Amino acid sequence: MQVTMVSVALKQGQVTPTELCQRCLSLIKKTKFLNAYITVSEEVALKQAEEAEKRYKKGHSLGDLDGIPIAVKDNFSTSGIETTCASNMLKGYVPPYNATVVQKLLDQGALLMGKTNLDEFAMGSGSTDGIFGPVKNPWSYSKQYREKRKQNSHSENEDSNWLITGGSSGGSAAAVSAFTCFAALGSDTGGSTRNPAAHCGVVGLKPSYGLVSRHGLIPLVNSMDVPGILTRCVDDAATVLGILAGHDPKDSTTIQDPVKPFTLPSLTDVSKLCIGIPKEYLTPELSSEVHSLWSKAANLFESEGAKVIEVSLPHTSYSIVCYHVLCTSEVASNMARFDGLEYGHRCDSSVSTEAMYAATRREGFNDVVRGRILSGNFFLLKENYENYFVKAQKVRRLIANDFVNVFNSGVDVLLTPTTLSEAVPYTEFIKEDNRTRSAQDDIFTQAVNMAGLPAVSVPMALSTQGLPIGLQFIGRAFCDQQLLTVAKWFEKQVQFPVIQLQELMDDCSSVFENEKLASVSLK
Amino acid sequence: MAAPMLRWCCPGRRFAFARVGCGSCHRRGPPTGSTSNGKRGQSTVAQQPHITAQKPRKGEREWAAVVGLEIHAQIASNSKLFSGSQVHFAAPPNSLVSFFDASLPGTLPVLNRRCVEAAVMTGLALDCHINRKSLFDRKHYFYADLPAGYQITQQRLPIAVNGSLAYSVSVGRKPSQMVTRTVRVKQIQLEQDSGKSLHDDLRSQTLIDLNRAGIGLLEVVLEPDMSCGEEAATAVRELQLILQALGTSQANMAEGQLRVDANISVHRPGEPLGVRTEVKNLNSARFLARAIDYEIQRQINELENGGEILNETRSFDYKLGCTVPMRDKEGKQDYRFMPEPNLPPLLLYDSGSLPPGADPQQVIDIDRLRERLPELPRVTRERLVRQYGMLPEHSCALLNEVGLLEFFQSVIKETRAEPKKVTSWVLNTFLGFLKQQNLAVSESPVTPSALAELLDLLDRKAISSSAAKQVFEELWRNEGKTPAQIVAEKKLELLQDLEALEQLCRSTLEAHPHVVMDLKRGNPRAINKLIGLVRKATLGRADPTAIKEVLERQLSS
Repeated sequence: MQVTMVSVALKQGQVTPTELCQRCLSLIKKTKFLNAYITVSEEVALKQAEEAEKRYKKGHSLGDLDGIPIAVKDNFSTSGIETTCASNMLKGYVPPYNATVVQKLLDQGALLMGKTNLDEFAMGSGSTDGIFGPVKNPWSYSKQYREKRKQNSHSENEDSNWLITGGSSGGSAAAVSAFTCFAALGSDTGGSTRNPAAHCGVVGLKPSYGLVSRHGLIPLVNSMDVPGILTRCVDDAATVLGILAGHDPKDSTTIQDPVKPFTLPSLTDVSKLCIGIPKEYLTPELSSEVHSLWSKAANLFESEGAKVIEVSLPHTSYSIVCYHVLCTSEVASNMARFDGLEYGHRCDSSVSTEAMYAATRREGFNDVVRGRILSGNFFLLKENYENYFVKAQKVRRLIANDFVNVFNSGVDVLLTPTTLSEAVPYTEFIKEDNRTRSAQDDIFTQAVNMAGLPAVSVPMALSTQGLPIGLQFIGRAFCDQQLLTVAKWFEKQVQFPVIQLQELMDDCSSVFENEKLASVSLK
Repeated sequence: MAAPMLRWCCPGRRFAFARVGCGSCHRRGPPTGSTSNGKRGQSTVAQQPHITAQKPRKGEREWAAVVGLEIHAQIASNSKLFSGSQVHFAAPPNSLVSFFDASLPGTLPVLNRRCVEAAVMTGLALDCHINRKSLFDRKHYFYADLPAGYQITQQRLPIAVNGSLAYSVSVGRKPSQMVTRTVRVKQIQLEQDSGKSLHDDLRSQTLIDLNRAGIGLLEVVLEPDMSCGEEAATAVRELQLILQALGTSQANMAEGQLRVDANISVHRPGEPLGVRTEVKNLNSARFLARAIDYEIQRQINELENGGEILNETRSFDYKLGCTVPMRDKEGKQDYRFMPEPNLPPLLLYDSGSLPPGADPQQVIDIDRLRERLPELPRVTRERLVRQYGMLPEHSCALLNEVGLLEFFQSVIKETRAEPKKVTSWVLNTFLGFLKQQNLAVSESPVTPSALAELLDLLDRKAISSSAAKQVFEELWRNEGKTPAQIVAEKKLELLQDLEALEQLCRSTLEAHPHVVMDLKRGNPRAINKLIGLVRKATLGRADPTAIKEVLERQLSS
């Protein structure tokens, strides 16, 4: 059910913002075991709902998001609401200001349900490495997945075999997937929005770098971070993007040109489209199922008249190592501020300022964060700077140019897998360390961040195991709207099934009833 | 008038013109800079004897000293370089701190246009090449008053490069024998100031004040073209005047708006440059000169005694008058420079390159800033010399005191008195009074109009110059009274009645026959005694030349 339709239902009084809010709150409680939320801002949300209700009664809502429950990844600053980055370092830290994107959502009347779980400081691809524990993929509990498992029935203990959500915005993806909110903010530095979106069967949009303000987003890699949008359909992603996009005087890297909210046209004819299939993305690690769905998608476009061509992004294989150098270097720099003085964790030691720094940072950061800080500082050392950082920047330019060349050759949108395979069980996932996993899992997504391009992961179909598989569309810089238009057409063609969370929903079926109600009244 | 002369030459110090003989020759000898016993009011003139221009003894090899400077000037702007917090000196601790200044996670820098303009104007005034594109970098180090763990600066590509700074030094004995020296400006870069650490030794804790954190700084790097403390101090003084004239920095050293680090080395002429040391945080021109000269001498002594110079950072202990190595806790710092990813390249335009239809609020046009440049101190001085026929050193003195030139110009505008007279009164009497009471020009109880009126009275010989001094003192004491009122009250107007003067002269001669005798015996000074007696009788209201005339006539008759 689309946000704009809920908005209509709210306007027509078929459901009130408070009812909507309470149902989501109740679902959040029901799905607490998913660990999608770090903080549930129940009181704030209810108060916002009350105000939205007043506005609806008076007949002037603030817009499409007025009264709509949303969730925000816990690395966006929220005024008066704890913002932890799933790290001991920021446990108990309550920012005095709202991130620009949060403020924009609130200005639209959106209800902030809570802050969602992630890997510590967004460093990871599983949402398993935060201090509040891993996020569980709602599809682990879906009828679709459970039935398939029963057929295969080589595992008895179902609960221990839950799946990861992907990450690092796994909390947001799970929250949207489990119907606890209609949209959620993630962040995307190397694929952190698209990866969990693919694993959780939702739409994950990484807008063009510079289109959406980063002010208030606690940074991972400033030159690649973008606030991401997770929704249940492409239209919703477009609605949210229309609200978030645009210049922010507080973020000098945002574009100056004004951006207006927009609605996506429904494409009927794709014959003028040129879809590029990057040959370097066909890697040996790609699961056969994802591979075949990818081919199927290409065929779909072709059969509908689009031009589908193989293209080359020759520097793709250098992307992972290049990303590693640039990412860790910026991490080393960005994390320098966490010294225990102004905010956040401070150790008990008071031997000397230096000792305090060291102990604070040892206690405050997990191994992953400390490891990245260490490598980053190594790359930035005077003697290494040219050989690592500068070289990596040059490679980054080559990677970005690969995309420019492809788009200049007439390609409108690139079609690639989002992930190597469907979501894996947690027990499988933790067999590899964070670095290896991140390197593997970001393979299709992070080159886009280095080039600053818009990309969206759209769920296509369920695997033989009954798990969602998403494909990624990559667009020209600042052609987010065109990208989403193509994604919307694709979404309509593939008719991805709705997650069936029967057991969870039994008590909360009213949300769906209302959806029916709204759809009926629209006809 | 020697004392006030000295004072106006170099208010409280003697740096307005360096007496350069100091040049590049430094002789063997104890580091006499250390003889200072730290008394603050002590004349500094006696304290740099090793740089006087004594000729080296034959056979003794000379040393040449090389001095370069890094100067940090706080930009005079309402808000900080990258945040909206206000900039004020001496505000309550941590009252001017934005979320960005405290480095709250998620905050981003937003470049202050005013600071960029200040950098461009300063660059133009120093004949720099203004880079149309400059970049910002992060310089990392952990320090309690650096909340982000890095400083945003311009390491790779600064906003201005390759300029020059001309300053005048006097050579030889006379202050009027001045030569112009030039020091090359390597670069000007924009960067953030740090906060302040306040150490509470009693409770053994350090308190942090972030009011200063993030204020815009201009780092001006001067090439090692100087060779002694006075040259360096004079160059800094000239830069200070330029910054003040531009309004780009208040450049008050006592308030820390201008801070200087000096790089110093010595070598034998013709040989490669020696190992340099850096003397940090010099916050007065006097200490700057003393520290540099001390350090030069220390290095010479060290080398002459077979020692070696370490490439180290030293600080100046103004109480002991010497430089001491700074505790370098972490050994060599690697600042791990990295491009600042949150700030796009800073692009500047000129009238030729201005993009069509650009929002003037979003772009900076170098040519427009060039048009708006005020008259620079060097030009002002030349104009004063040309316009009023004043000595070059007087033009320097007028510029050396904040507001003095404006005061002078107001007086000139309102009085009929000769510019030379005005110059002398402003530089000697007026400035002397200010200095005596340690007042700024703006705090003076005497207004330009009052002084102008007084000089008018003097000009039309209504009062004698000694009476004028008296009136001036009264003006200084009694605010509100006009010079004319004071003259009337104190009966200070010159005796215009010639007959009365004749009468007084006659009676004086009669009353002092022995002085007259003395005079007639050929003592030429006796006439002065008589003039003095008559003046006393007139209560100082008669012109001594007129008295002399009458007396001589009466004596010869």
